This record gives sequence, C-alpha cells and structure tokens, in this order.
Amino acid sequence: MDDIISAQNLTKNFGNFTAVNDVSFNVQKGEIFAFLGPNGAGKTTTIKMLTTLLKPSSGIIKLNGIDVTTHPEKARKTFGIVFQDPSLDDELTAMENMEFHAVLYKVPHREIKERIEKFLNLVELWDKKNDLVKTFSGGMKRRLEIARGLLHKPEILFLDEPTQGLDPQTRNKIWEYLKNLNKDTQITVFFTTHYMEEAEQIAQRIAIMDHGKIIETGTATKLMEQTQTKSLEKAFLKLTGTAIRDEEASGVDKLRIRARRWNR
Amino acid sequence: MSAIYILWKRELIRYFRSRARLVGSLGQPLLFLVALGFGLGPIFQKAGQGNYFQFLGPGVICMGILFTGVFAGIQVIWDRQFGFLKETLVAPISRFEIMFGKTLGGATVAFIQGCFVLVLTMVVGFRVQNFLMLPLALVAMFLIALFFTALGISIASILEDMQGFQLILNFIVQPVFFLSGALFPLTGVVSFLSVIAYFNPLAYGVDAVRGSLTGVTHFGLATDFTVLIVICLIVLALGSYLFSKVEA
Repeated sequence: MDDIISAQNLTKNFGNFTAVNDVSFNVQKGEIFAFLGPNGAGKTTTIKMLTTLLKPSSGIIKLNGIDVTTHPEKARKTFGIVFQDPSLDDELTAMENMEFHAVLYKVPHREIKERIEKFLNLVELWDKKNDLVKTFSGGMKRRLEIARGLLHKPEILFLDEPTQGLDPQTRNKIWEYLKNLNKDTQITVFFTTHYMEEAEQIAQRIAIMDHGKIIETGTATKLMEQTQTKSLEKAFLKLTGTAIRDEEASGVDKLRIRARRWNR
Repeated sequence: MSAIYILWKRELIRYFRSRARLVGSLGQPLLFLVALGFGLGPIFQKAGQGNYFQFLGPGVICMGILFTGVFAGIQVIWDRQFGFLKETLVAPISRFEIMFGKTLGGATVAFIQGCFVLVLTMVVGFRVQNFLMLPLALVAMFLIALFFTALGISIASILEDMQGFQLILNFIVQPVFFLSGALFPLTGVVSFLSVIAYFNPLAYGVDAVRGSLTGVTHFGLATDFTVLIVICLIVLALGSYLFSKVEA
C-alpha cells in the first residue's frame, strides 16, 4: 500500500558465509524506523543492499515502488544516505562537498545555492561553509553529511549509526533536526543505532536483527511487553543474548575479499 | 555531462590545493635531469649521439606524466579507504561517467605536471626544434596521461587497499619507465630490450613526444599516434569494465 521500503526474502552470501538470511520487512511512508542488532548481525549489509551498493544474492527490494536491482540509478534518486564511516572529501570545503553532491544528483542549477544555504543552516554549518572539511570535528562532519544527504530532497533518508561516537549534545541536536524534518516533509527515516534510548524515543517502529535474521519487529512498547522487560535495552538483550560479538576488524569485509579472490 | 565535469573539477581543485604534492612531484624529474643529464651527458656526446639533454628531455617529461597519471588513478583506493568513493557510487549516475570523469581529471593533472616538467627541461638546457610541432607533442602528452590514469584506475578497481602499491611501483611503473627508451636510444640495444619496447606503451609515448619536439623518432610519428590512440581506447574500456564491478 503505502510501503516506501519493501524488502522480500532478502539474502546475501559472501562465499559460504550468509550475512543476511531470508529477511523481509516493510517501512511505511513518513515512518521513522530503527534497525537494531549486535555487531555483525547484518545491519550494514542490509543497508548496503537497500541503497544499491551491494547486489542481493536473492530477494527483491523496492524503494517507492522502484526495483533497486533492475533500476539502480532511478532508485538512487529517491534516497539520501549517511554512512557509518565518513564519506566526505576532506580536502574540499563544506560548500564544495555540497556542490559536488548537488551536481551528481542533478539538482536544478538555479536552486543549488538556495538549497545549500537552507540545509547548511539547518545543521548550523552555514558559517563554516568555506572551511576545509579536514578541519571539522566528528560531529560537524556528521551534520554536514546529513545536510548533504538531504540536498536532493530524497523521500527516504538512510542513516547507518549516525550518532556513533558523538557527544550527547550533538546527538540530541541531530535527532532534533531529523524529527522536525520528518514532521515537516514526511521524509521516511531508516536508521541503525547501538543507543537503545535513541531507538526508544525516536523510532515509531523497531526491527531487531541477529545472525542475519530479523527476530522481532514492532513498537518499543510491544517489544518490552513481549519480553516482559522494563526497558528496550533489556528487551534487546533478552532477544539477542548477552554474549559479546567479536566483529574482528569488519569480519564480513574480510570474508568478502576472500570470497572474491577465489570465486572471480 | 555535468557529473563528468564536477568529477574532473574535483581532481583539479585537489591538485592545486596541495602545493606540496605539486612541487614534490617535480623533484624526481629534476633529479633525473640533473644526475643523468649532467652525469651521462659527456659520455653520450663522446659516443657521437649529440646533446644528451635533447634526448633525455622528452623522456623525463613522459616520466612525470607516467608517475602522476598512474598515481592519480590509484587514488581511487584512497577514495575507497576514506569513504568518499561511496558517495559517488550511490549517486544516480552511471559507473562509466564516474570512471570517465575521474580519468579526465587525473589525466588533466598529469598533463599539467608534464607541462611543468617541459618548462623544467628547457631551464636545464633542452631546446624545442620546431615550435610548430609543439601542439602535436602536447597531444601526445595528453594521450600518455589519459592512458596511464585509466590504467591506474583499472588497477585500483582490483586492489582492495594500498598493500599492493609497492608491487605496482616495482613491477609496472618502474619497468615501464626504464624500458621505454626514455633514457637510452632503442636503436642498437640488445634485441630483447627492443622487443620489450615494442610492447611498452610508454615507448610509443616517449617516441611521439621526442619526435614532435626534436624531430628524431624510432617508430615514426604515424605509428606512435596510432598505437597511443588505440591503447587509450582499450584501457578506457577495460577501466570502465573493472570499475563497474567495484562494490563499496
């Protein structure tokens, strides 16, 4: 119906390793959706598939009705993304990074200046527009990436651990921008995080993923009721166990490299 | 088109912004000019081959282009490690546009570097024989730049990180340079060296630049330019193919 993100039977194998195993979910237009899970659960791999960066081994993804595998370029226009690791050009200024993005996404020429000003103001970086990004702090970089991700007015914003390593003030600000934006423009927000209180306070719906599968989906209240716990953190631990996951230097990437070497 | 333009522009902004790199990469050509030019020049002269700077100049110009071009291409690996590559890969543009924009940008940078080295050789004592042929030399320089940048991007598309960097330097870039006839004439060398030169893209590049600037060629200008154009097209196609396989 109004599903803006729809994933059906999504699977991704790297050699013998199954990172994402037959996952299906839907996100509605205008929803704020949190994707939780321990390290190595398959969250980033799922986001990469949703955003056309990885081809699924099997399954269908539709963004706003567009099949991501068959029409990647068209699908890319519908979303903005903030990656887990920074993806800015440090040697360019904030302004140049924004202009680069605007041109790649074919923002109409006469609107470029106005939009850059609007979104840099939104994340309170307009004063720093001519500074090289390498002089920015982690929080400033993250805010700039959010502004950049919004520049082409996407319908969906993907955020992979957008607040990781940031102080509470910056985290609070970032969620404030995003909540306001969601209210004003009905933009759909899909994010992953390790901060349970963020998911609890901000997301309308939460999916918990572990070992490549989605184990529960629902509102924070529902997840707590179901597990008979008093906080989302407790519910999360009850669902995913308390054992520490060693994600050895991005183990999935290593496996992928190995798989590529031998199978290509 | 505009995507190709902005990718090209990014390479140029970065190049002119890092003055250290700009000046630093002139150091190696200067060293070759001074050490070999002044060092081996008298021997070259005694062997009846004339002024060594006239011979060495075009070789060193091509060396500047070769190194700058390959490394401009390989920077895609840095883009990958610093995450910026992802920003271009999720953009609604084709992989060919990304590859082509980056190649043009890197090639322009390498070409400019080659022009700086040309000026440097003239300071040291190189003389252009016929200025009417200079545009042809510039075309050859740009083709060399294009070829090696596209080659660098092709290599970067296969490598996962900078671990293989030394390998490329020692097994591709250095041999291509030293066995190209940039430093010594290919006429009269041991036959295996001249056979290798037949398969060395830079040999044709050096010959084209030298032929245009000094009037002395080994393969003939027509052959040089035909080969340069053909191999440029091949490596561009190869680069586009390999780059299209890159996953973030």
